[in-house]
Amino acid sequence: MAKEDIELIKNGRRLDGRKFDELREIKIEVGVLSRAMGSAYIEWGKNKVIAAVYGPRELHPKYLRDPRRALLRCIYNLAPFSVEDRKRPGPDRRSVEISKVSSDALSSVVMLEKYPNTVIDIFIEILQADAGTRCAGLNAASVALADAGIPMRDIVSSCAAGKVNGEIVLDLMKEEDNLGECDLPVAIIPRKKEVVLLQMDGKMTREEFKKAYELAVDGAMRVYKIQKEALISSVNDVIIEE
Amino acid sequence: MEIEACLRKDYITNLVREGKRLDGRRFDEYRNIEIEKNYVGEKACGSALVRLGETKVLVGVSLNVGEPYPDAPEEGVMTVSAELRPMASPSFEAGPPGEEAIEVARVVDRGIRESGAIEMEKLFIEEGKVWIVFVDIHVLDQGGNMIDASGIASIAALLNTRIPRYEDGQIIRGEWSGKLPISCVPVPCTSVKIGDSILIDPCLDEEYAMDARLTVATTDTINAMQKGGQGALKEDEILSAIDLSFDKGNEIRKLIQGP
Repeated sequence: MAKEDIELIKNGRRLDGRKFDELREIKIEVGVLSRAMGSAYIEWGKNKVIAAVYGPRELHPKYLRDPRRALLRCIYNLAPFSVEDRKRPGPDRRSVEISKVSSDALSSVVMLEKYPNTVIDIFIEILQADAGTRCAGLNAASVALADAGIPMRDIVSSCAAGKVNGEIVLDLMKEEDNLGECDLPVAIIPRKKEVVLLQMDGKMTREEFKKAYELAVDGAMRVYKIQKEALISSVNDVIIEE
Repeated sequence: MEIEACLRKDYITNLVREGKRLDGRRFDEYRNIEIEKNYVGEKACGSALVRLGETKVLVGVSLNVGEPYPDAPEEGVMTVSAELRPMASPSFEAGPPGEEAIEVARVVDRGIRESGAIEMEKLFIEEGKVWIVFVDIHVLDQGGNMIDASGIASIAALLNTRIPRYEDGQIIRGEWSGKLPISCVPVPCTSVKIGDSILIDPCLDEEYAMDARLTVATTDTINAMQKGGQGALKEDEILSAIDLSFDKGNEIRKLIQGP
């Protein structure tokens, strides 16, 4: 709900000094886990997220097997200590929903038809949460998929925009998410700029939506660059070592 | 595996390419909507049955007295749950809500919550006590587009909801102290992308054939959106789904409010 009386924007700057179209700092590390097929760690502002990929591997229960394609199963999990008020361990309704939309988003780029009857499991662990965790999780997951060497048409890049004190801003932090008027997480296939995840809650007119949407896509394109750089440098490191 | 659906996908996609739909509707046309308020009116505080084509959804509203959230101590609380009853489809199973049910509930919840449809500040009773509004969605027959049918039934049931009498710390069941205060009527409208076309209100076969879907819940603004499905949407497709949702939302709102 909108609470307009709290000043989240002063003199054209946000609480943490960012401009309206500025991202928080993002760092991505590739291949952070030893057992997983692929993994990635992302720090996005105060968010800290690890994603890991297992598979393609045998799918149980059997009745879920699809003879035409692999099943992509994404599990989003918020660690109990990732938020100020401890979160009860285990899936709640919010994480089940995020897992579902994230699975759908990643399914659109992974070449699932290459691995019929199998499953590709993706685990997203939110170690520290500060708004925008589903976007951070998706960005880490796509890098982890690439790290696992799973064929993809493109990677998925994600970023949110929203409305805070009447202004359309990019990449909401916790205070803005809680007290702002609207949040719009978007995930795209960067090459085609098509949308694979879009959720929104709050209040926005059509014009405001269009502006926020374009800002979010622009943010996702900038994230895409960071993902690519992380992947390229991870490969370079291997080459140099050898 | 849904073999039949898989075989029918090509048929439906080809039809859509020719500008046609399985049941002869236009792309921007809803199936017939019937709303029956107060369907189970003796015990529940409010209810409504919605028939959207072959889809049937019953929503019951119950009110209880409970504690407010610490961050809104003078406001009532609303929770929305959905159960996809096994009688509604051969693919639904008994047991706790799965991801599909949770998505339906959460998308309906967001539309109602973010539009401020329930005047929560009027549900304050005394310090530490507020009305809790339980919205329970029962999908009885899954003929496609459960989200819209559930959203329409939920707000119709809320408009039909009475607040029980509350005296000396006791709820007196069967006696009422007034209507639940509702300020606006959010309506979710779902469009799907099949091939290069955007169609509103998918029937079951169209849902199987779709590449992606987009639900937009509106009042005079957009209040909630949810993209579903494994395909991708272009910007102009999203914008045309929004325009359709505003248009159809207005028509359906009149139907919900009644004469």
